[in-house]
Amino acid sequence: MAARGRIKDLWREQRLFEQRAITATVLIGLLAAVLVSRLHWLQVQRYDHFTDLAQGNRVRVEPLPAPRGMIYDRSGAVLAENRPAYQLELVREQVKDVEATLAELVDIGVLDPDDLDFVRRAIRSRRPFDSVPIRLRLSEEDMARFALHRHRFPGVDIRTRLARHYPQGETAVHAVGYVGALSESDLERVDREEYAGISTIGKIGVEGTFEDALRGRKGSRQIMVNAQGRPVDREAVLDEPLRTVAAKHGADLYLTLDLEVQRVAEQAVQGQRAAIIALDPRNGEVIALVSRPGFDPNSFARGLTRAEFAALNDDLDRPLFNRALRGTYPPGSTIKPVVALAGLEHGLVTPTTTRACPGWYSLPGSSHRFRDWKRSGHGSVALIEAVAQSCDIYFYALATQLGVERLQEFLGRFGLGGPTGLDVGGEKSGLLPSPAWKRSAFKRAEQQVWFPGETVIFGIGQGYMTSTPMQLAQMTAVLAMRGASHRPRLVRALRDPVTRVETPVPPAPLPTVQLRDQADWDVAVQSMVAVMQGGTASRAATGAEYSIAGKTGTAQVFSIAQNARYDESTISERLRDHAWFIAFAPVEAPRIAVVVLVENGRSGSGTAAPIARSVMDAYLLRKFPPAPGEDVDTAIADTGDGE
Amino acid sequence: MREDVESTARRTLTRSTRILGALQLDGPLVLGLALIAVYGQFVLYSASGGDWNTVVRGSIRLCIGALAMLVCAQIKPGQLRRLSPWLYLVGLVLLIIVDAIGYVGKGAQRWLDLGLFRFQPSEIMKLAVPMACAWYLRERALPPDGKTLLILAVIILVPTLLTIVQPDLGTGLLILMSGGLVVLFAGLQAWIIALLGGASVAAAWGGWYLLHDYQRQRVLTFLDPQSDPLGAGYHIIQSTIAIGSGGVTGKGYLQGTQGQLEFLPERSTDFVFAVIGEELGLLGALLLLALYLAVVARALYLASQMRDTFARLLSGCLATIFFVYVFINAGMVSGLLPVVGVPLPLVSYGGTSMVTLLAGFGMLMALHANRKLAA
Repeated sequence: MAARGRIKDLWREQRLFEQRAITATVLIGLLAAVLVSRLHWLQVQRYDHFTDLAQGNRVRVEPLPAPRGMIYDRSGAVLAENRPAYQLELVREQVKDVEATLAELVDIGVLDPDDLDFVRRAIRSRRPFDSVPIRLRLSEEDMARFALHRHRFPGVDIRTRLARHYPQGETAVHAVGYVGALSESDLERVDREEYAGISTIGKIGVEGTFEDALRGRKGSRQIMVNAQGRPVDREAVLDEPLRTVAAKHGADLYLTLDLEVQRVAEQAVQGQRAAIIALDPRNGEVIALVSRPGFDPNSFARGLTRAEFAALNDDLDRPLFNRALRGTYPPGSTIKPVVALAGLEHGLVTPTTTRACPGWYSLPGSSHRFRDWKRSGHGSVALIEAVAQSCDIYFYALATQLGVERLQEFLGRFGLGGPTGLDVGGEKSGLLPSPAWKRSAFKRAEQQVWFPGETVIFGIGQGYMTSTPMQLAQMTAVLAMRGASHRPRLVRALRDPVTRVETPVPPAPLPTVQLRDQADWDVAVQSMVAVMQGGTASRAATGAEYSIAGKTGTAQVFSIAQNARYDESTISERLRDHAWFIAFAPVEAPRIAVVVLVENGRSGSGTAAPIARSVMDAYLLRKFPPAPGEDVDTAIADTGDGE
Repeated sequence: MREDVESTARRTLTRSTRILGALQLDGPLVLGLALIAVYGQFVLYSASGGDWNTVVRGSIRLCIGALAMLVCAQIKPGQLRRLSPWLYLVGLVLLIIVDAIGYVGKGAQRWLDLGLFRFQPSEIMKLAVPMACAWYLRERALPPDGKTLLILAVIILVPTLLTIVQPDLGTGLLILMSGGLVVLFAGLQAWIIALLGGASVAAAWGGWYLLHDYQRQRVLTFLDPQSDPLGAGYHIIQSTIAIGSGGVTGKGYLQGTQGQLEFLPERSTDFVFAVIGEELGLLGALLLLALYLAVVARALYLASQMRDTFARLLSGCLATIFFVYVFINAGMVSGLLPVVGVPLPLVSYGGTSMVTLLAGFGMLMALHANRKLAA
């Protein structure tokens, strides 16, 4: 009530207002000072920091992947090359909602819903600013469809990339290998930085082993981007110096493979499960490396669907399995020339020592009969005859005389029981058994004992002993060169694609196998010549224009190793013996050593030897059988004799 | 010859002073506002990515604002005072209508669609609330007593709350402040100020639970922008980067990478200050700040010359609230204050605030021109 009665004092109110106005002015001044000091802090004190941040915002470093090196055969035929391909790529940090984006891409039909899981994993495994391929090899139609909806997909774009292409298809796939999609496990063992902008990696073969040389060194390019991450061409306005570091091209590789011989070899075992290796015994160069069945490496480079991969992986014939390097089989009679050499070396036999072959062999004090492959026996045979006829009894006895240790040691000198050291690696070691090995390999005491009977069958390459075709090829090369050998290799030279400077890979000599008497080599070689002349493989040598030394072999299949899903009719086929044949030619100056293995091929002489012959003909005489499907008339005209 | 030029200049000056006088405009204040407006359009051209359309539309808005200022400058102080309660009541009714529509439509509702243009009743309240407060205080002895304060609180808080529930926290707080400033200028006792200060801290604490999620998020991200760098924190991070990387002299007109490459969001509206900081640097920002301070200082000076309580209180409030806009916007863009949707006066593109502001200055000049008269 008192307030209402209060009289307005105009002068006092005026002064009050002026005071308040002054206070307001001071406060405004203080707040302005706060603003100014904030600006000072941002623009002067923290200027460098924010400049870096602004720089990081607008300048993105884009990787420039190096073109992968080409792969050629020994005469320059292209085995692997690069072709431009269009692919869809996604940068995670520029996409608001990855799931929604992927779903929309499926909706417009440029992404296969079956691939979504793989795409998600691929996106997760990369860094947020990496451009991750989510769809390879876009068709023209796909590109048009995406272009129509492009505005809806910030952070997703079509890129041109060089994609691997193998013009020879299946040919030499197990030697050349392939590139496949870079997987999470790959990324864990490689330098991620080096693989920025790359979506594939060499998986096996030359592509896998020489990955680093082939890949080259990636370059980089600074690009200016806007907030949506799209590159902008505003340099004229924004005047920005952008740096580019050129990529270093991957090296081209020249292989030792002879594509024409390789083709002949592959054709010869078409439709079979087989492996062929041809070496130049003088320097270890691999002329041909075949493992059949094969597969098309382009499907891997293109990106396999899960169904495609499952079909390859579950195929009973195991096309992905490299039989030449990783298949381990009992070498059978192919090791007889070497066992014979062991006998000579240890003075247990001479070339003239004869032995009676009644068709069976028994250890002293045992009634068990080890049979010869020929039930009636070979009569009285000396060393050369024993090898030529592949007399088992002779080698049963010789093995027993040698004993397991000496046998194992001597075979080991020829590279058996360990990888040959082929430059692409991935080899299995096979097995040279010994009592020591048996003790460590078995658990139960009664199994750890080495029985004399096991030595007997060791002498003909049966029992525990296994070898890869590669090992037998190396053994054959050692025999051919009378002890001298080289580490086998597939890569002959690297070439810088820019300077065109070639860097040859020099042959790597291995320690020479030394014998007490060099003449023993000739005995062994003679025995292998006898195989081709009146011996087990004489038919395969008919009409040869050069001299051949060879040896047949069969490997028994005791059981079906893999899963038991074969149907009734194929079981018997899969239980047939594997057929082996080793050979080198010409005998006087060997230029090629060949090993042929045909799984369940039954007969080394009947199945494997003719295949080896065709490979040698192709290499030594450049004589090629007509390709299947080629016109019959020209085929006849080519061979001339019209047989 | 030289004298000739001098006299011509002097004559032009006298003539313009006379014209301004006739229009009841204050020369220095109009000059300051004009300089800010021109500077603003200059920056807007760059901030819009070199889009003339934006500049043209901005200038049209500016002209409408200038017209509003001119019209308001002609109102007699008495008319203005008598108009105050009615304007307040009309604004209140419109606010309730907007809230009701928003409630029925289940969504944020801030404007009335009048066909030709959209119209925000809360924008009227920025003027109507201080006018109503000044009108009410004019009859009372100052400093105000308890009962007067209670009624003032109702006058201020009702439209404030009606705006906040729209929800438009930023404008609501500005309405609260504009009313509060009138009360402060009326000589609110220091102990009450202290009490209110303590109460508002407590209210802020309690108010946290009344805030919408997005409003809480804004507060949280203000406290730690890096917690959500691609979401709510993005604005603050990008605008501080823009200002900081501008340095003392700036990257140059049209050369700001943050703005030109669209890293800076809302660069032509609420965040235009960051474009100035980036392209024109600390110097460009200080120049603008200096212009603002000059305008505020002149307005306060004009207010202090007035003899009438209504005129003085309203003018003091209009002068000070102008700086509050500037401080909130610049503080928000430079990361000092949370992100609230307050445009930079006379520079930011769009919105109706430019018209309200200039209308306010028009009233201020009208009150000053008739300062000898009792309102």
